[in-house]
Amino acid sequence: MTSIVVTGLGATTPLGGDVATTWAALLDGRSGVRALTEEWAAELPVRIAAPAAVDPLDVLDRVEARRMDRFGQMAMVAAREAWAHAGSPEVDGDRLGVAVASGIGGLTTTLATYDTLNEKGPRRVSPFAIPMLMPNSAAGYVGIELGARAGVHTPVSACASGSEAIAYGVDMIRNGRADIVVAGGTEACIVPLPLAAFSSMKAMSLRNDEPERASRPYDVERDGFVLGEGAGIVVLESAEHAAARGATVYARVGGAGYSADAHHITQPDPVGRGAISAMRHALSAAGLDLADVVHINAHATSTPQGDVAEAQAIRVVFGAAADGICVSGTKSMTGHLLGAAGAVETIATILALYERLAPPTINLDTLDEGVDLDIVTEPRKLPAGDLAALNNSFGFGGHNVALVLTTA
Amino acid sequence: MAANAAEVQEGLAEIVNEIAGVSAEDVTPEKSFTDDLDIDSLSMVEIVQACEDKFGVSIPDDQVKNLKTVGDAITYISTNA
Repeated sequence: MTSIVVTGLGATTPLGGDVATTWAALLDGRSGVRALTEEWAAELPVRIAAPAAVDPLDVLDRVEARRMDRFGQMAMVAAREAWAHAGSPEVDGDRLGVAVASGIGGLTTTLATYDTLNEKGPRRVSPFAIPMLMPNSAAGYVGIELGARAGVHTPVSACASGSEAIAYGVDMIRNGRADIVVAGGTEACIVPLPLAAFSSMKAMSLRNDEPERASRPYDVERDGFVLGEGAGIVVLESAEHAAARGATVYARVGGAGYSADAHHITQPDPVGRGAISAMRHALSAAGLDLADVVHINAHATSTPQGDVAEAQAIRVVFGAAADGICVSGTKSMTGHLLGAAGAVETIATILALYERLAPPTINLDTLDEGVDLDIVTEPRKLPAGDLAALNNSFGFGGHNVALVLTTA
Repeated sequence: MAANAAEVQEGLAEIVNEIAGVSAEDVTPEKSFTDDLDIDSLSMVEIVQACEDKFGVSIPDDQVKNLKTVGDAITYISTNA
């Protein structure tokens, strides 16, 4: 089977406008969450979020930016970084693919365009509205930028989207459709409607008075997730192609596991059946023993139900071997980037292996007694030798994706 | 009342620069929107919308296809505004 490696990383997150800044902040245990002091937030039940640290409008060309929704802008920033990081590979466009996911797509554009329609009438609706708001807009723009003709795809699976896109990219290379796939996720929807809607679901933290303490996976006082925005993109490459051009390899992708709960549109399966089978599929695809896994970047969104359900699923999959795994909940720092989360966390997992350092989980003062795992609260050194790590992502709709990454 | 052609050219150049990033001094009467200024069909729609707002002129869809050059647009707008 074709071996897949990661040769480039790119990100723009609430912690930094690139991978290096984001990674340094993760190791520092910094929170990207802040109070929303903007006037539009005043009446919302949730008045905290984790906005991108660097506005993409400060990075992109003005004219190219005005034709993209903010979620497309984020993806373009991260994709350019990842591509440059990979050494801007020489590759036949017919062998280059893109898989860039989003959970929600160009919601900001949808809302603004609807206002224009109501206030100024149909003849003032922008001809760019559709190409900006469609969920595949970010993938399309990245594909044009890179000349990717092997296929441009946008998996949509809510908060599993970013990981699903990476898994899809792996499949593209394994199926022989591409030598390189630029894959990841993007999201930008810190606007009133999703804040109100997620809040109606009782999914969000209401810790408005302590923004930096609000996202607290596994802590007994956690009360929901904090909405973040940003993008994460990786360059996936067949090991053969990467070796032929002498590329630096940051990690290998051992395998991907998908499953669906088929249980409830938003609630996790009470016995974690879907999460368990996704992790097992990924481990099996990677041909790993349980004891090979030393680190898990958990989905851990800081919701009362979800964190425990995942923790128990991890314990079921790994049994006693879970004692040797350090688990990080990096959403404690980034907030929840929805369709970008899985991609940003895949990057964190790759760097944990590459730097042999697991990032902390912040705000964990008192561990929920339902969590029988080694949750790291300070950066933890990982051992020498060949290591494997897991990144879990789950989404509304009952989507589960687990990715196994191994040291280069 | 007909608008002054020089004023229309200046206003149109601002719009084309804002929407398509074309330098305002390149927006001269002999230039073709598509062939010389590389303006795609979607951007052309946006330019027409902006011209309608700025000059208070109505540019029906069946007229837009006749506006091949900057000069065509200046003439149409200054005649009909």
